[in-house]
Formats: sequence, C-alpha cells, structure tokens
Amino acid sequence: MMMPDFGTGARIALAPLPPDWPGGFWWHWLFFTVLVLAFVLSMVMGVIYIERRVLARMQSRLGPNRTGPFGLLQAVADAVKVLIKENIVPAAADKVVHWLAPVVAFAPVVMVFAVVPFANGALLADLNIGILYVVAVSSIASVGIFMAGWGSSNKYALLGGMRDVASIVSYEIPLVLAILGVVLVAGSLSLNDIVQAQQNIPFILVQPLGFLLFFTAACAEINRSPFDLLEADSELTAGFHTEYSGMKFAMFYLVEYAEALAVSAVVATLFLGGWQGPVLPPWLWFLGKVFFVFLVMVWVRATMPRVRIDQLMAFAWKCLFPLALLNLLLTAAEVALWPGAMPLIVIPINFAIAGLLIIIWSKFFKLGWGRVEV
Amino acid sequence: MAIKTEPFVLNIGPVHPSTHGVFRMRATLDGEVVLDIEPVIGYLHRGIEKLAEQRTFTGFIPLTDRLDYISSMSNNMAYCMAVEKLAGVKVPERAQYLRVIIAEMQRIANHLIANGSFLNDCGAYFTPFLYMFREREKVVDLFEMLSGQRLTYNFMRIGGLSQDIPDEFLPALRRFLDKMPAFIDEYDRLLKENEVLLARTRGVGIITAEKALNCSISGPVLRSTGYSWDLRKADPYLLYDRFNFDVPVGMQGDCYDRFRVRMEEMRQSVRIIEQALKDLPLKGAVRADVPQRLHPPKGEAYAHIESPKGELGFHVVSDNSIAPYRVHIRPTSLLNLTALREMVRGWKVADLIVIFGSIDICLGEVDR
Repeated sequence: MMMPDFGTGARIALAPLPPDWPGGFWWHWLFFTVLVLAFVLSMVMGVIYIERRVLARMQSRLGPNRTGPFGLLQAVADAVKVLIKENIVPAAADKVVHWLAPVVAFAPVVMVFAVVPFANGALLADLNIGILYVVAVSSIASVGIFMAGWGSSNKYALLGGMRDVASIVSYEIPLVLAILGVVLVAGSLSLNDIVQAQQNIPFILVQPLGFLLFFTAACAEINRSPFDLLEADSELTAGFHTEYSGMKFAMFYLVEYAEALAVSAVVATLFLGGWQGPVLPPWLWFLGKVFFVFLVMVWVRATMPRVRIDQLMAFAWKCLFPLALLNLLLTAAEVALWPGAMPLIVIPINFAIAGLLIIIWSKFFKLGWGRVEV
Repeated sequence: MAIKTEPFVLNIGPVHPSTHGVFRMRATLDGEVVLDIEPVIGYLHRGIEKLAEQRTFTGFIPLTDRLDYISSMSNNMAYCMAVEKLAGVKVPERAQYLRVIIAEMQRIANHLIANGSFLNDCGAYFTPFLYMFREREKVVDLFEMLSGQRLTYNFMRIGGLSQDIPDEFLPALRRFLDKMPAFIDEYDRLLKENEVLLARTRGVGIITAEKALNCSISGPVLRSTGYSWDLRKADPYLLYDRFNFDVPVGMQGDCYDRFRVRMEEMRQSVRIIEQALKDLPLKGAVRADVPQRLHPPKGEAYAHIESPKGELGFHVVSDNSIAPYRVHIRPTSLLNLTALREMVRGWKVADLIVIFGSIDICLGEVDR
C-alpha cells in the first residue's frame, strides 16, 4: 500500500501546503480521502450528466431533461434505480471473481486521484513518483475488467475482456513514453511539481505531439470511443459487463466515467497547467480544465466510428509507438542542448516537428483498408 | 510449447442490438476470427403468403406493409402492380406520377435507415443514426399527411392510390426537397472520408459481381460490385423511362461501396422527385375504376419493382375468385442474405456485424 511511502515522502513535500489547512498528518489524510471520494463520486455524476446532455445536443436530440431542473437529477435517479435492482449472478459464473471484479476495477480509479493536485499542494499525497504511480495504479483496473470478462462465463464478456487486455498492454507503452516527455521538461515525477513547472507555459505548447499521443493512448486505455471495443455494443452487446446487473453494473458504469475523469484530470495536470491560471481560484481552474478535456472526449465519441481490434493494435504499435519514441528523443535532445532557452525557441520547433511527423505518418500509415496483419 | 486453441461457437441473436430484428447467426469463432456462420431465420415467420389466400385482393395490401416495414409503400406498390397486371387495370397518369414520387421518398427513407444503422454497427455512437433519422422523420411526416400512418401506410390501392394527396402535401414536399441535398452533403462531410470508417469498411466483405448474380442479389448490394442493374432502367415500370437519373455503381463491392451507393441513390431519388413534381398533372383521378370485389381472370402475373433494397417481386395467381389463389413474394432481403456466409468467412467479429449491416435487410421480409 501507499501508506508507508506517504508518511515519509509526503511530510517533506507538505511544505507548499497552505498553513491554515487542518494540521497534522492524519487530519490531512482524512480530509483528502473524504474529499477525493466525494469528488470522484459527485464528479462522476456530473460528467455523466454532461456527457448525456452534450452528446444529445451533438446528436440533435434533447437528452435527459425530466428529472429535476434540466434533468440534473437523472444520474441520481439512475443510481437509485440500479441500487434497487436485482443482482443476478449467472449459474455458471466464477462467483468470487464475478463479485470481486467491480471492486478491483473501481478502487484503482479512485486511487489515481490521490496524487492529482486540486490547488497548490492540495492533494492527498504528493508522491515524488506521482505520475509513475498514476500509470501503475490505473492499469490495475484492466485486471478487474478481465476478471469480469472471465468470471461471467459468457462468450461476449470473454471477448470483451480479451480485447481489453490486448489494448491495455499495447497502449501502456506509448502512454508512458508520452508522459516521459513531460517529465523530462518538468524535471520531476511529482504531479504538483509538474504543475508548478507550468507556471508560465502549459506543456501542451512545449509538447504538442506528446499531448496528442497521450490523449489518444489514454482514450484507448480507458476505452473511450473510438477505442471502445471492449463493450462494443453493436458487436458484443455489452462486452465485459454483459452479465452484470444492479449495483455491480453501476460500479462498472462508475468506473467508466471515473476513468474518463481521471484521464481528464491527468491531461489537465500534465499538459494544461493543472490548477494554474489567473484570476479564478485554482480549484476552479482545475475543474474547468478537467471538464474541457472531458468535453473533447465526448466530442470524439459523438463523431467517430469504432476501430477494429487489429487496427487498434496496429495503431498503437505502428503509429503511436514510433511517434512517442521520436517525441521522447526530441525532448531529451532539447532538454540536454538548451536547458535554459526552453520555451521560446522550442515551442515553434516542436509544433513544426509535430505537424511534420503527423503528416508523414498519416501518409504512410493508414489505419488499414481491409485486413491488417499485426 | 504452443498454446492449444480451439474454435468456439458464439450465438449472435436472435436478440442482439445489431441483428436488425430477430436474425440469428451461429458463428464459429477462432478468437476474433469468424471461421463460419450459420444463419438461422424464421423467428418472425407469420405465413403472410398463406394469409393472402384467405383475403380479397385488396385485403392483402395491409399485410404487404408488414413485409419490409422500413419501406411499406414500395411493398404496397409492387403488390398492386402485380394485381393490376393480372386484372388488366390501367392506372391513371396522376396516380403513376404520385407513385413514383412516393416510391422515391420511400427509397430515401429506407436508405437513411440503412446507412444510419450501418454506421451504428460500425460503432459510431448513434450520431449518424440520429442525423439520418431526423431526415427520415420528415419523410414519415409526409407519409403521415398522405395516409395517416407512420410505419404501415396501406396507401396504395389496386388501380392507383387510396385517396388524393392533401393540399398541404406538395408544399411540404417542396420544402423537404429543398433541404435534402444539403443534408446529404452534411452526411458526406461527416462520413465520406472519415478515416476510421474507411478503415472499417474499405475492402471489407467484398462480393464479386459474378457471385452476386449467382446468388440473385439485387439492389445496392449488387450495384456496389460495379454491375449496373436497376429495374428502373432495365425494365422501366410506372413512368421511370420519362425521367433522367443515373444509376450509381460501386467499385469493388465492399461495405464502403454499398454505403456510398445508397448515399448517391438518395441524391438520384431527389432528382427523380424534382422531375416528377414538375410533370405531375394537377388534376385527374388517382385511382382507376376498380370494382370493390375484384375478380381478376384466371391466370398469373409477376410484377417487380426496384424497391430500396433491391428487386421486389410479387407473383399472383388468380382462379377468378375474390381471393388470390397463390401469392409468392420474391423477398429482396432474403436473397441478399444468401451470400452472407461467403462474405464474412475469415473476417473478424466486428466485421461480421459491419458486413451484415451493410446488406440492409429487414427481417419482416426475410421471414415473411
């Protein structure tokens, strides 16, 4: 668990914590644990509402608008509905795995928020390996998803689970490589330090290619459209959670949106300057950026058809992986050569190189017409 | 040590989001790859052909609505044309023009649903589907103006139409026609060069013209192979020889071509309706003088039309009583399905759904 590391590591890093916070380690821990849980659960309802309304607008329909003012209570109503639903476990299911899967999937997503700063120093644990922790913890969720796929004893679910594992294994690599670029520029793995390094310029300007790679790979990793193969409703009915009902289904639903929220938060932290911003309070900037990133995801979902599993793999290995390597090389060279002159020279150069690379790759790499051999 | 794998059987349907009804496929899969499928049909069998024998000639028209319920008007029309041929009824010109207009509107409505649900099968989360339904809704509104119904219109009669069009129909149709090309352009902007859509559909589910002809496949699926066969040109019925229109054909018979052919056909349908509206006689009967109890002379007749899905034919046999002796329907959807097995072998599960969706079937017609 993270507790021991937290005790020593966070004490030192608590320096930027505002002095009027409730004092002491345990108070800090309690306060932020409750805050993170409340934040995740309430924000998930928020993003579900946003997704449904915005998606509806984009699809020229209304979306939920009956429950409460502007349909704001729709998520609550849905939550109550699934809570009182019958919990069905298939007779042939692996009962223990079937029961555990939603928990295994849900817990790591909440844990990601432990290291995401809401304001300067306002985070549960300022781990000095923060971003590594995010990457490590967030991939545990796929274990839960595969458990669901395997434990349901359902062929659709199994196919969904297998697709999930395949995509996670592939997309982890470009994801980490894209993060490394940011880490090189910021010179730290701690998310709070990364945000502070973006005092003047958000890293999306310094790392345009890294941003695109990270966003794409993260979308694939959390199975947002167009990479939502594992629950591909037109093929696998509901994919890995075909056999889930009631609260356990709700947990998976929660995981889906909590993951989207986590990715939005990490993107906002790594590339958009986190809580940094003029005039408004930091936490509002942070929330605004999270919602903005989430809206982009909704937009993509409303536009794109779904890719196929082999195309998904090919895209990871033939397009994202080399680009991520090149991006890392480039960033490393820049950091080594002009450590002082980072922003001014590097921004135009990086944009030019990113544009060039994307054009080259889009010429030579097609998602594949027809059969793609991986 | 090599890991031992074995194929497994996945039962897709009859209740599945992408089977467009109650189609069932018993798919043998090796991982994600489809080794073989076994289509199982008949879940929606209602014995419509047999029911025809217990009804009068006119009384069977409502049942034809239930065949391909996506395009009921075309079914009505094909059946009425068969009986008209049998009884030697001459349809007034105004009715013929209106039939052309209605049939082409029906084609637009059908292709909107076909392409919309096809894109849904591709995984585009309902956006193209709903955009297309938005326009289809306008066609349905127009049909409601005509017949009072929105799905099963029961509007055609032997010898013409059940009633004349209401006054507000033509202006409303005019408004629809003015907007429709822009909407088709909108779909094209969204989808025509969408990289993911191209990746999913280009080269997927190819069927050759020869194979398609051997399976007596017709309609957009046949035309997508590059073989130009459209009954409106090949055997002009109604007044189709009076209109200028092109028959769009595909290049290689893959899913993308089928999608594009349907898109282009909508443009051509708009063109035909424009011309038909120009020539439409403003006055005149819409129904020939046909007795309520029709006794067609002994004999048989076959009439076929280019329904939105392909060649739809009705073979009606009469023994000079008030009920048909036998009605046989040439179901487009069923025949278009026959090549499905060859088309999907060796593709992935996701492609299976896409290929199936691109054929555009209606289970009401497959099972009858």
